[in-house]
Amino acid sequence: MAPKSQKQKSSGGQKNPKRDKTKQALPDSEEREPINMESMGHPEIYPLVLTTQTQEILNCRIDKDITDEKPYILIKKEDILADFQNRGAVSDFYPVRKVIQEYPGDELLVVYDKDFRYGLNFYLIGTEEGKENYLNPPEVPEEQEEYKEHTPEDVYVYKPPISKPWVSLGSEKEIEEESVKESTKQITYMISRKRSEFGAPIKFSDQNASSVKDAYIECTAYPDRHFTLKQLEKDVGIQGVPKIKDTSTQTRWTYPKNAITQYYPRELSEEEKETFGQSKSLSDFLNNTSISVEIALQQNEIMNTFIDDWKCLAEEESTFGDKTDTHLKEYQSFTDLHTLTEKMVTSVSWHPTIYGLIAVSVAVRLSLEERVHFSGKLLLQPSLILFWSFSDPIHPQLMLESPDDIFCFKFCPSDPNIIAGGCINGQIVMWDITAHADRIENIKTGGSRRKKVTLKPMFLLEPDSNKEAMYIRHCAVSSIENGHKKVITDIHWLPDTFEINRLGAVFENRNGICCQLVTCSADCTICFWDIRPQKALIQQPIEKKKEEHIEIPFDVPSTFLHLDLSWKPLTKIRLSKGETSLDHCPTKISLSEGDLLYKAQDKILAQSKAVKAGEMNPYHNLEGGLANHLKPIEDFCTKFFVGTEEGGVIYTDWKMERDPETGRLMTKKPVSLYTVHDGAVHTVQRSPFYQDIILTIGGWNVAIWKEGVMTGPLLQSSCAPKRYTAGHWSLTRPGVFYIGREDGYVDIWDLLEKTHEPSLSQNICITMITYIKPWTFSAKQQFIAIADYYGTLHILEIPWTLSHPSTNEVSSINYYFEREVKHLEYVEQRKKIREQEKKEMELELEKKKVKTYQKSKEQLEAELKLDYESYLELEKNTLVNLGFIKVKETISFVDL
Amino acid sequence: MTEWTNEPGLCPLRSSGPRPAGLGAQAEVEETLKRIQSHKGVIGTMVVNAEGIPIRTTLDNSTTVQYAGLLHQLTVKARSTVRDIDPQNDLTFLRIRSKKHEIMVAPDKEYLLIVIQNPCE
Repeated sequence: MAPKSQKQKSSGGQKNPKRDKTKQALPDSEEREPINMESMGHPEIYPLVLTTQTQEILNCRIDKDITDEKPYILIKKEDILADFQNRGAVSDFYPVRKVIQEYPGDELLVVYDKDFRYGLNFYLIGTEEGKENYLNPPEVPEEQEEYKEHTPEDVYVYKPPISKPWVSLGSEKEIEEESVKESTKQITYMISRKRSEFGAPIKFSDQNASSVKDAYIECTAYPDRHFTLKQLEKDVGIQGVPKIKDTSTQTRWTYPKNAITQYYPRELSEEEKETFGQSKSLSDFLNNTSISVEIALQQNEIMNTFIDDWKCLAEEESTFGDKTDTHLKEYQSFTDLHTLTEKMVTSVSWHPTIYGLIAVSVAVRLSLEERVHFSGKLLLQPSLILFWSFSDPIHPQLMLESPDDIFCFKFCPSDPNIIAGGCINGQIVMWDITAHADRIENIKTGGSRRKKVTLKPMFLLEPDSNKEAMYIRHCAVSSIENGHKKVITDIHWLPDTFEINRLGAVFENRNGICCQLVTCSADCTICFWDIRPQKALIQQPIEKKKEEHIEIPFDVPSTFLHLDLSWKPLTKIRLSKGETSLDHCPTKISLSEGDLLYKAQDKILAQSKAVKAGEMNPYHNLEGGLANHLKPIEDFCTKFFVGTEEGGVIYTDWKMERDPETGRLMTKKPVSLYTVHDGAVHTVQRSPFYQDIILTIGGWNVAIWKEGVMTGPLLQSSCAPKRYTAGHWSLTRPGVFYIGREDGYVDIWDLLEKTHEPSLSQNICITMITYIKPWTFSAKQQFIAIADYYGTLHILEIPWTLSHPSTNEVSSINYYFEREVKHLEYVEQRKKIREQEKKEMELELEKKKVKTYQKSKEQLEAELKLDYESYLELEKNTLVNLGFIKVKETISFVDL
Repeated sequence: MTEWTNEPGLCPLRSSGPRPAGLGAQAEVEETLKRIQSHKGVIGTMVVNAEGIPIRTTLDNSTTVQYAGLLHQLTVKARSTVRDIDPQNDLTFLRIRSKKHEIMVAPDKEYLLIVIQNPCE
């Protein structure tokens, strides 16, 4: 107890200045002031410790006089004072002696502090008010609680704001300060002329101010050194702007993860659509909007506002050359001067990639009888394909040897070093000139080299390797027994996008190279060949090979060794007319996805680059491609056009079908056959611009067909004065094609100009033209190769007008063809109508005949009747005259 | 109103001939759509609701769904653009001209009418 009381005393000293109204007396340093709980908000509470002795004396024993229900006790003031006297300083009430002495009332309230809230076990309430408050606690908290319960049930009533009179808070002064007012009154001057001069003419003149002395007075500004004005205050408006800051952060993506979202669009069911359709809102909407929509639609129909007329007016500005020049210009001509017998050119082909290289196949100009007669002589001379280059008109660059005269040949589209040719004896001949490829690629330098050589003296001249033409032997020929029996008239490489099997079904081609050929021959068959080794056939001819072991010269590549002499066709299609008459003899064929000439160049370049890049040439590795299981291509058009020797154009299918009776594979019957030409058809060619337009030339006329239109050709020209012997579409202009005649003239037809006759006729040579082949090297240079019967190859340059198409030419020609198709349909319809009319006319005639017959019969009867009556009259009269009949005459009573 | 002469390809703005009074809203709807479809060069017509789901169409399903979804979004964007610039304004018609054809969109509060036309060349 003692240290606590000491503590109280020390803290009591500190609290002295905070005394308030309860204690009026100033603190006395000697007197020990009692501590009260002012710090806790109760200044009237004085904590006390009452010992048990004190408790017994004052009857405030814990648990006996002071209970939980009544934790306080009222002690009389006299008792405490008596206690003071008895025990003096030892008394527990001693610290609060002063409070007790000054206490106004009689009884003091001492409360038992069970929880030691104020630090000690008892506390004394030193004021009457405190005593009253303790004994009768105010009811404020309860009221507050009740009030709180009521508030949420109150409905918020909106009270509109009431306008209050404006209370000035000093803002009008600031406005006054900031506003700008005129400080002085403005001076106004009015200047007018003399009244008499009003309306008189005015004459103004200019005058330089500096020339006249007193014209003006000037106050120039000058800096005054004695006067400086320093701006102390500056009035600047400031606007607070939110500060914007852009930041970004990149999260590190530890590993990529595939995420897939699959969704389908929301759709309405049929019933919902029906309900929508019947709703009035939809019909109202449509009624309202259809007006504006129809206006917009009609605007488009009337005029296309977005056409740039100025642009459309101008033709292609970049014309190269004279526009009036329409003739083919002679560029070069090649003839083989080394041969002894007279030869004719049978086929011409430009090299797909190398500029200026053209290959020509020549054949002897003899009929069959003469061939047989001179067969000994012919065997000694090799049959050749010559490679001519622009840079050397005398010596051919390469000469390919073949067993017999070649009548048609083609470069392989995927590898220009492979050449396939068709022989007069029905064999296919294959060449591989890969080894000599670099020789022909660097032909341009040959000319300059030769010039150098001529400067050297004669004895130092070495045989220049470029000068001597190389004879290259063929590397494979087809089997004689199994192939064609007569001359092969046409040969094509199948495009590398598909391949076919024995049945003619089409499969996808995984090799990426052309590996199949199609040939047609005069023995009325069309054969499909595959250049890859057939695994099934390897077993058989092993024995045969031993017998026919021919030594192959070392310089011949072994690309097609597997095919040599044992090459059989994949399928054979016989074009039969029926059981009785002879079969069709095909001269030319044209496949559906055939020669896209103008695209071939790009394709080959790309492919050759690919080959050079890494892998081996695929043609040297042909076996690799066989084992793959291939996917069939559906919806492939297996139909193609064939031109025959009799002048017919056949549209047939190469797919074989099984004959239900015999079970063998049979070719299908041709879809259509037309005989429009008077002679053999020598050109069947698809247009480079339209997949389904075919040009056929034969005999004395030309026909253009559209695939799918079965009624007839779109255009059939009338008979020309001379026979047509060669022809080709133009490569760049869709409506132009070239036809060669038997008198050496070339007819150039332009469908946009005239469709009934050629637009231009030009003489090239003196003899029959056997082959025409145009070729494009660049946009400005286009050549046409024309081969004639005497073995000369003429190269001519096509002028700008013939090579460059006008704008919209493709669509114009397309439109023309569509018109022709419609015309054909119209003709068909008219035919039907005409037939109908004819029938009707015949019926009428019949009816007429019947009518006239009847009429004459009636007439006769009438005449007979008249005759009879007249006879009766006559009889009567005669009898009367004879007196046999008394005629009772009725006498008039007048006579009587 | 100017009068259009009846040349091939141009039809009058309002259909000629009396309409029987008994036909419901559905027949009217069909008739209007048919009339629009019969204009020269019209490739397809479709009616789309406010959410971009097609209600009536003359094209195949996949094309319709694609057009409806894309054009609905574009119309909403166009309308919001117009209204952002001037809140009193609103989108009445949207025409998109491309190389091959022209797409016309007539918006409304609940529906969208889309017409695709190939302008005459």
